[in-house]
Amino acid sequence: MTESPAQGFTGATARERHPLRAIPAADWAAALESAAKEVFGAEWEEQLARFIVFLRRRISGEYSVDEYGFDRELTQRFMLAVLRPIKEKWFRVEVRGIENIPTDGGALIVSNHSGTIPMDGLMTMVSIHDELGRNLRPLGADLVFRMPIVGNIARKAGATLACSEDAERMLRNGELVGVWPEGFKGIGKPYSERYKLQRFGRGGFVSSALRTGVPIVPLSVVGAEEIYPLVGNIPALAKVIGVPYLPITPFFPLLGPLGLIPLPSKWLIEFGEPIRTDAYDASEADDPMLVFNVTDQVRETIQQTLYRLLGERASVFG
Amino acid sequence: MAERTGPGRSEARGGQQGRVLLVTGVSRDLGRRFARAAARHPNVERVIGVDVAPPRGDIGNVGFVRADIRNPVIAKVIAKEEVDTVVHLSVIATPGTTGGRSTMKELNVIGTMQLLAACQTAPSLRQVVVKSTTQVYGASSRDPAMFTESMEPRRTPSSGYARDVADIESYVRGFARRRPDIAVTVLRCANVLGPSVVSPIASHFRRAVVPNVLGFDPRLQFLHEQDLYGVLEHAVRTGVPGTFNVAGDGVLLLSQALRKLGRPVVPLPRRLVGALGSMARQSRLGAPDYSPDQLAFLTYGRGVDTTRMRSLLGFEPRYTTEDTVVDFADSVMPSANRADRALAALESRLTGAPGD
Repeated sequence: MTESPAQGFTGATARERHPLRAIPAADWAAALESAAKEVFGAEWEEQLARFIVFLRRRISGEYSVDEYGFDRELTQRFMLAVLRPIKEKWFRVEVRGIENIPTDGGALIVSNHSGTIPMDGLMTMVSIHDELGRNLRPLGADLVFRMPIVGNIARKAGATLACSEDAERMLRNGELVGVWPEGFKGIGKPYSERYKLQRFGRGGFVSSALRTGVPIVPLSVVGAEEIYPLVGNIPALAKVIGVPYLPITPFFPLLGPLGLIPLPSKWLIEFGEPIRTDAYDASEADDPMLVFNVTDQVRETIQQTLYRLLGERASVFG
Repeated sequence: MAERTGPGRSEARGGQQGRVLLVTGVSRDLGRRFARAAARHPNVERVIGVDVAPPRGDIGNVGFVRADIRNPVIAKVIAKEEVDTVVHLSVIATPGTTGGRSTMKELNVIGTMQLLAACQTAPSLRQVVVKSTTQVYGASSRDPAMFTESMEPRRTPSSGYARDVADIESYVRGFARRRPDIAVTVLRCANVLGPSVVSPIASHFRRAVVPNVLGFDPRLQFLHEQDLYGVLEHAVRTGVPGTFNVAGDGVLLLSQALRKLGRPVVPLPRRLVGALGSMARQSRLGAPDYSPDQLAFLTYGRGVDTTRMRSLLGFEPRYTTEDTVVDFADSVMPSANRADRALAALESRLTGAPGD
């Protein structure tokens, strides 16, 4: 701006009304600089420059995603960073048995599912990343990838469709894959049935582990059942919208958006001893009896661990 | 299979005799350029280009025969010229100037049936190469991340180009069973991009403002035009039979591709994008029309596994998916890089170095 600020105040009337014209450019610069110092600290120029390099790379598309659409940079720098305070401050997640996850190579984490929305999956992702430095690759239902935005974020965070092709491809490539075999039956079950494991699908996850010879790590999550206690459901409306259930909690939809805040329950998550599958032949993956037996073994381990962890937790919000 | 690709045969053919190629679909750019390049190859004696319409550009040494592959004249051409290799490139994705959808279907499906019928009775024929497309896998939310050649589409396409290709491939499989002495290679190519390529996806990217489906960021794979000629040439030269996915390395998200191209994006609900396409068609603006197949592709994307292309076919594309888009980007004027320019200016001021 070439004109002096004084002219701006005494001169033209039409220009005066423009809010940006009333503040001299030097003041803008000073304000921006102090704001930059506030956000990036004393080394703000360098920090900001680094941030801009990051921003430019994102804007010009100069980043890479893997074949499933996993955006490692976005997940680690943004998504996990947002979830971390929720894990540490809100749910105070206590992680046990992290040593049961192999530090490299393929492995299948099998977990119970609860909480109306898949918060348990997100917390497991942050926990594994922070404790072990590995990225959990969740397998999600078809519905997740059919939904706009949700499906998009899920793929960028490393998820892919729960089908044997993708599961086995990931496991063969040495990824750490997470499955929640209860699916919507588990996550959308009423509060009165909390911590009662539902049917474990058809055991497809066991077949995939057998075929690829990777260990199955059972995971028991305590705390997610209480974040949105599901006391009711509107099946008719859910059917219209095309979702498996439409939750009613004590606070939702009663309190509107406020009802979306999860209750701050105390979480305990425990990774159990890995169940090895490399002793079996890959062809035994088609033996239904073996698949049922291993499925039952995993399910029973998780159920027993859930009961034990519930006994150890002082109270729901302890 | 082994003796068909063995040295004995290629010697007999590659020696003094030289090969005789019949290339269909030479009125379109890809077919014409491939035929012209093939005619220059030292091992090739002559190339005969066939199409319903004359080629629009220079065809070099290619002998052009104006014939409709939908009628039996083609059999006479194959017999008279003693063709040993047929390269079938006339499977078209858009009706273009040929007329409506029904003409396109007839050209694609009936044309292929007639061509294969002519091939079946030709004693001189040794090899058939068919350019197919990865669109046979469809695109849906239930798709596996990477399709291998043995996987079926999750939803069988009921209409359009994908349906044509599915039909064509089943005829080709039937033909390969009936003439086991002929090496039949089916190349399922990813979307071809290149500075001069005209295709639905290329025109989509060339628009000044690109509409995309709100809330979706599909994974895409591309094949560079040069690699398409490369893989056709490779298939003709080696004669490896089978079905192969062909695509550049890596996947790119649609948002990344559009940023590399410097295109501004308008996210619209899926139905609106479809409506916009048909509106554009009715108003004859020359804007691309979005078929249900394309709309599904722009929503869910698609990935194909190219392990067999490398290990069995032995072909290595020169351009990755990303290189292909970057090369294509050079041919389109960026219409939105203001944000990047502003950031670059800021960066150079902060670091004291000139921004790149």
